[in-house]
Amino acid sequence: MLPEASTLAPAVDRIFWGLVALSVVIMAIVGGLILTFAIKYRRGTKANRGPLPDIMSREVEIGWTVATLFVALFIFWWAAAAQLPHFLLPKKALEIHVVAKQWMWKVQHPEGVREIDALHVPVGVPVKLEMTSQDVIHSFGVPAFRIKQDVLPGRYTSTWFEAKEVGDYHLFCTEYCGTDHARMTGTITVMEPEAYARWLAEQPHGEDLAGEGAQLFTALGCSACHGAQARVPAPSLANLYGSQVVLADGNRVTADEDYLRESIERPEAKVTAGYQSTMPSYQGVASEEQVVALVAYIKSQDGKRSQAR
Amino acid sequence: MRSDDTGLLAREPGETSYLTEGTTLRSWLLSTDHKRIAILYAISITGFFFIGGAAATMIRLELFTPQGDFTTADEYNRLFTLHGVIMVWFFLVPSIPATLGNFLLPLMVGAKDVAFPRLNLMSWYLYIIAGIFTLAALLLGGVDTGWTFYTPLSTLYSNSYVLLAAFGIFVVGFSSIATGINFIATVHLLRTKGMTWMRLPLFAWAMYATSLVMVLATPVLAMAMLLICAERLLGLPIFDPRAGGDPVLFQHIFWFYSHPAVYIMILPAMGVVSEIIACEARRRVFGYQFMVYAMLVIAVIGFLVWGHHMFVAGQSPFASMIFSFLSFVIAVPSAIKVFNWTGTLYRGSIRFSAPMLYALGFVGLFTLGGLTGLFLASIPVDVHLSDTYFVVAHFHYIMVGGAVSAFFGGLHFWWPKITGRMYSESFARFAAITLFFGFNFTFFPQFILGYLGMPRRYHEYPPEFQVWNVMSSTGAVVLAIGYLMPLGYFAYSLLNGKRASDNPWEATGLEWTTSSPPPKHNFLEPPVVLTEPYAYHDWDEAPGGADETRQDEPA
Repeated sequence: MLPEASTLAPAVDRIFWGLVALSVVIMAIVGGLILTFAIKYRRGTKANRGPLPDIMSREVEIGWTVATLFVALFIFWWAAAAQLPHFLLPKKALEIHVVAKQWMWKVQHPEGVREIDALHVPVGVPVKLEMTSQDVIHSFGVPAFRIKQDVLPGRYTSTWFEAKEVGDYHLFCTEYCGTDHARMTGTITVMEPEAYARWLAEQPHGEDLAGEGAQLFTALGCSACHGAQARVPAPSLANLYGSQVVLADGNRVTADEDYLRESIERPEAKVTAGYQSTMPSYQGVASEEQVVALVAYIKSQDGKRSQAR
Repeated sequence: MRSDDTGLLAREPGETSYLTEGTTLRSWLLSTDHKRIAILYAISITGFFFIGGAAATMIRLELFTPQGDFTTADEYNRLFTLHGVIMVWFFLVPSIPATLGNFLLPLMVGAKDVAFPRLNLMSWYLYIIAGIFTLAALLLGGVDTGWTFYTPLSTLYSNSYVLLAAFGIFVVGFSSIATGINFIATVHLLRTKGMTWMRLPLFAWAMYATSLVMVLATPVLAMAMLLICAERLLGLPIFDPRAGGDPVLFQHIFWFYSHPAVYIMILPAMGVVSEIIACEARRRVFGYQFMVYAMLVIAVIGFLVWGHHMFVAGQSPFASMIFSFLSFVIAVPSAIKVFNWTGTLYRGSIRFSAPMLYALGFVGLFTLGGLTGLFLASIPVDVHLSDTYFVVAHFHYIMVGGAVSAFFGGLHFWWPKITGRMYSESFARFAAITLFFGFNFTFFPQFILGYLGMPRRYHEYPPEFQVWNVMSSTGAVVLAIGYLMPLGYFAYSLLNGKRASDNPWEATGLEWTTSSPPPKHNFLEPPVVLTEPYAYHDWDEAPGGADETRQDEPA
């Protein structure tokens, strides 16, 4: 049997087995009726074959139509209500970045630890995955957690889980992505928090993601315009993340991951009001992981967030 | 019956049927007779069915073992793409409409032919041209994108013959549109005297509803395929995220066609099954009007549920909720149909002929296929099951257990009318039972595999999934044998089968009032309809209510 290794799993399974029970009941009714009629009314028996009683034609038919509708709406309500909490990403969560590419999963922990085709997480802690793809559409699926989320190129998607049982679980790419799709698998290792902390400490440490981004910010020349001492007029990036940006065309956007990413790769797409579109595109200049790091750095330039750290 | 009569074309002297009107190849290839075009379709579709089936067999052989040692990853990807593309566009979509529909619709409404006979012939040629393109792509080099052609894999990353295949699919769409237009016009314009809408056989209604979906949905598929070609060929950044394109846009356009396409496959099946069950239970179809409305409602709501394919594709939660809701709503008309088929058996006089076995099998398999659809309409359960073998099992229950069972049932039911020959009833029953068990043995284990999390389109898999895969692959062997059996007894029937009478099943319906096989223009005199479609009893025959007054109106 498939383990229920996340906090979400029991709710999904409840609905799943509820639907199995409903299916068994309906199959039993339909199959039972067909068998009964097949035996009783097979050609040559002496069963009553006269006209149907009046009640059969209207009342029974309207009755089962309404009953079916009621059952369908009930299941919709049940399933939709169970899904609603999962739509809301938890506020305080361990944020892990995932970059998918043909045919591997590249994972980055906030402290800078990287893994390939593997993910270590602590038990009992909500983990939020921020995911993007370098090439085609992939999908991050963990059957034991009952989660699955497509990973799209040029866009961030996210999902979350809270593991509740220590162990190793399959990670599958579930959106067909070319030749080695079947080999784009990995292992999710759920550990006790102390073991996780020990594991994390043992890993070769790079800079943390935002720190790495800060270095790139200088190395790629971003600071020449966006830095504190820059003389070129460019929008300030302090407190940018999560704020409303007024664009040159008068529209407003929220500065989320997608917007930041787009502005790095295609700066001319959404120009901030009051500025000229002079920034060069960093598409192909900054790799997928570097963009992730840059976005993490910009996110860290948030007064409130910095204080909370 | 003469003792020396052997072979399909041997007839009594002076007796002509559509089969004996001209025997040259030219008289077939340039025929505008809907019955001959149906035969042309039937032959070509059978060819495609066995090509697609061979690919399916190889897929199941590969999955016998977890490490995948029968084909390479690339070969496997090309095999399942071949299987999907051929089976969906070159078998399932045209299967019942182009063969049984083409043959029967004019007969059922009492017409000489379809409304546009030359368009009908053209649609077959389009089908063949499209088939050549796609087969060339699939057999020469192969395509490795899956039948769904998701972007940007298909537009930017695949180094296979995507263009050729996409162009073939683009062309075959015109063939469906032409068939759809033809059927709609035929039902509206060519119904014979007394054939009111509420006396139309359910098969004719099914063709009508299917045609509406074909005409409205297929252009969207054509658009999706053209956009793929535009991006691959001209480099237009439609789906390329790096140039501002949207990779998910393709999925919206694709499923806007491909979900309704499921109803293009299943509505005709519903029509066939209604005819068979009424005849073999000798009952008027229970709730005829509800059956008609249910089909029309399915055809309409079928357009509004495509988003349930994309619950995990990053679409907004609100959109997902609405698509989930509509997907549950469409379960209601489908359930009405199942209950009404069951109700038709009540107080019947049931004969378990081969067509009836297929029809009863259809009801069971379609019900299970439909119920598992509820799992996929429920968002949290779908998140777990989508892109796993559960989905594969679900749509095979609908498309193979449903559409193919009904196609085989219909082929057996109308075989005497089409060929003028009977087939071996005992062989046919044996094949029907083999197929039913082979089918369940193949696809039921896949529901379990899907729940356990095995993703689809994997040529190798973790060893714990092997036991269910071995079961499924073993079932596939039984299924393959089951599909080969009819080839044998049908071929025998063509050469040596007993002559069929005009109405061997004692069915109602205008097609049974003409000779078997029918003459070139179907009826010697235009038929007149006086009763409701399934008047299997005295008490069904009295023309009732509003219909009675219409009888005396001038034509």
